[in-house]
Amino acid sequence: MNCTVLVCCGTGCIANGSIDVTEALSRALLEIGADASVKTAVKQTGCNGFCENGPIVRIMPDDISYYRVKPKDAPAIAASIGGKPVNRLLFRDEEGKPVLSQKANPFYTPQRKVALRNIGEIDPGQLADYRARGGYEALKKALAMTPDEIIREVEISGLRGRGGAGFPTGRKWRTAAGYEAEPKYVVCNGDEGDPGAFMDRSILEGDPHTVLEGMAICALAVGASEGFLYIRDEYGLAREHIQRAISDAEEEGILGDSLMGGGKSLRLSVVRGGGAFVCGESTALMASIEGRVGEPRAKYIRSVQRGLWNQPTVLNNVETFANIPVIINEGGASFAELGTDNSKGTKVFAMVGKVKRTGLVEIPMGVSLRHLIYDIGGGVIGDRPFKAVQTGGPSGGCIPADMLDLPVDFDTLTQYGAMMGSGGMIVMDDRSCMVEVARYYVNFLAGESCGKCSPCREGLRQMLQILTDIREGRGKKGDVELLEEIGETMIGASLCALGKSAPNPVLTTIRYFRDEYDAHIHEYRCPAGVCPKLTAFEIDPAACTGCTRCKRACPTGAITGGVKSAHNIDQASCIACGSCRDVCRFGAVRAAAKRRLAV
Amino acid sequence: MAIPAISDQDFDRLTRAYPSDRRYALAVMQDMQRRYNYIPPEGLTALAEYLNCPVAELYSMATFYKALSLKPKGNHIIKVCDGTACHIRGSVNLLNGIMAALGIGPEETTEDGEFSLELVNCLGSCALAPVMVVDGVYYGKVTLESLPDIFNRLREGAAV
Repeated sequence: MNCTVLVCCGTGCIANGSIDVTEALSRALLEIGADASVKTAVKQTGCNGFCENGPIVRIMPDDISYYRVKPKDAPAIAASIGGKPVNRLLFRDEEGKPVLSQKANPFYTPQRKVALRNIGEIDPGQLADYRARGGYEALKKALAMTPDEIIREVEISGLRGRGGAGFPTGRKWRTAAGYEAEPKYVVCNGDEGDPGAFMDRSILEGDPHTVLEGMAICALAVGASEGFLYIRDEYGLAREHIQRAISDAEEEGILGDSLMGGGKSLRLSVVRGGGAFVCGESTALMASIEGRVGEPRAKYIRSVQRGLWNQPTVLNNVETFANIPVIINEGGASFAELGTDNSKGTKVFAMVGKVKRTGLVEIPMGVSLRHLIYDIGGGVIGDRPFKAVQTGGPSGGCIPADMLDLPVDFDTLTQYGAMMGSGGMIVMDDRSCMVEVARYYVNFLAGESCGKCSPCREGLRQMLQILTDIREGRGKKGDVELLEEIGETMIGASLCALGKSAPNPVLTTIRYFRDEYDAHIHEYRCPAGVCPKLTAFEIDPAACTGCTRCKRACPTGAITGGVKSAHNIDQASCIACGSCRDVCRFGAVRAAAKRRLAV
Repeated sequence: MAIPAISDQDFDRLTRAYPSDRRYALAVMQDMQRRYNYIPPEGLTALAEYLNCPVAELYSMATFYKALSLKPKGNHIIKVCDGTACHIRGSVNLLNGIMAALGIGPEETTEDGEFSLELVNCLGSCALAPVMVVDGVYYGKVTLESLPDIFNRLREGAAV
């Protein structure tokens, strides 16, 4: 039987040792002379929460997935091919029954793969793999269409930019196509900087040709002959795969001087980001490609008219481009069947934080947050109470439990003060402090603000100071109102989207969790038991079994007590990090308000 | 730590792949950073001449982009992820443990020039939180207990 063994080699699985597993499998198969070829594939399963259970090995065409595979498991896997599966390496469902195929796994079944359609199915280093799944057919089709026909399909699809702002892609292309200037540029924004989002990395690593094909179709539609992929400094593997994909496609005559022999040329090159979050903003990104400091400019004139080197430029996100070949192949109308009235298609979300199944989830727009978090994500770790989900990255907002039935689309989330952004979803339980969450994001943004305009630069600094004061027990009456006032000013007066959306985490946490701010300021207590200056941990001697887990976890050695006798925390050396509470299996460690020390 | 000076030959090697065009400024500086662990002052002036642009503009880039540093970095660069997922899964405790083990804070380098510590934004490996990257190698679900072993191995590797 001709069998393929796919080994996940995404960043996550590589960290768990998948390279060694690949070698061990190749050796084991050679030894027994199995009729199978071992291929390495970057699968999005590598970041599907099962990468906590990585490395992941998948046997095709039987579609059997193994988790936590070690090199020493290789002989057993090799021997099992065509016979009985290796039971101990299979995923187990809630009832403990082994699950053979990913398709039967509750994490995957509700998903609908469009942008992620090839990830985990192909070896990203093999152009032939991509073509075998219909790759570059859309480009071939587009070459036979007029630019107007291509743009019309994209318009009909209703596709909106997946990078965050949700601008209609078709309209952007049509505007750019309407300018006469030469040359024009097409740019792919791969500067994915939102903490907790990694769908673009997954696509660039796992299916690089899709992005190139999307860009080539865009170039045909708007009349561009040069393009750039701006990829984050931190994404080394993604850059490597894209670079290789470009050379392979040029060698085969798909890209380069004559697109698939059709006479039109497109030169694509990779630009390595410099490690600045603001460069994800389109005009800052273009400044960075030009070899300047990545500062945004005011957009009185849009970059579709004057972008890179003042020429018409279309900039789209990685996920947006990944949808294009599907739209051209299957038609815009078919794409538009998925999703809601104003948000068509699917969206990839990166679900992380205190959720049982962490990972990338692609679902049609419009499903509820509850479906995402509970049905697909499996609910909150340890079945703790759900407190909030933070959507849209550092400029998004926190949605509370009573809004879990909201549909996820561009407009609904914005209406409630959050935003879809690039699709990050960070699940928080009752042990997440909303003041600290707001402070964390403001601290992040204060470090990343380029400093060009004062509302953003100074506003973030002041917000950070106030939030730090509140967190450390120096909050004052009126602080919350002041935060709101600063936030409104920043929204109205900042130059770019970073500053305009930066107050979102603060404003939404105030809007939905005002009681937590008040508890910090007026009652000198952190309800979640997170802020160290306001929290003391105590061990309930009645609940403590003396298992010593907390004692071993304590970084300062503040916990005393023998095996099987109740433990005690020495308040003088405790730094209130909460490690003991995290590891306690008996709920014996409790957070209490710290007694105010006499000053 | 001895810092090598950039010779004309070194500079030619650095710029060989890049035409004299302003758009390659960041790429050349990144190569320079990788080669010397920082952007040496003479490298900056030579590049300004090569690209025919003011040194001040390159200097502002060197201070703006986090990937570039005007101070020499250590042989091993430790990046501790403080993205949201890592943050709520204890990256601060991890950072404190590393600071105690090496005696340096974020953005600092040990006296022997072996280690530099950086606190970085999300590395996109949230399922492995908390994550640490040393010299490009990812370490997932890092515990405080595993740190001494990792650092010792790196030190030994460096001595060879």
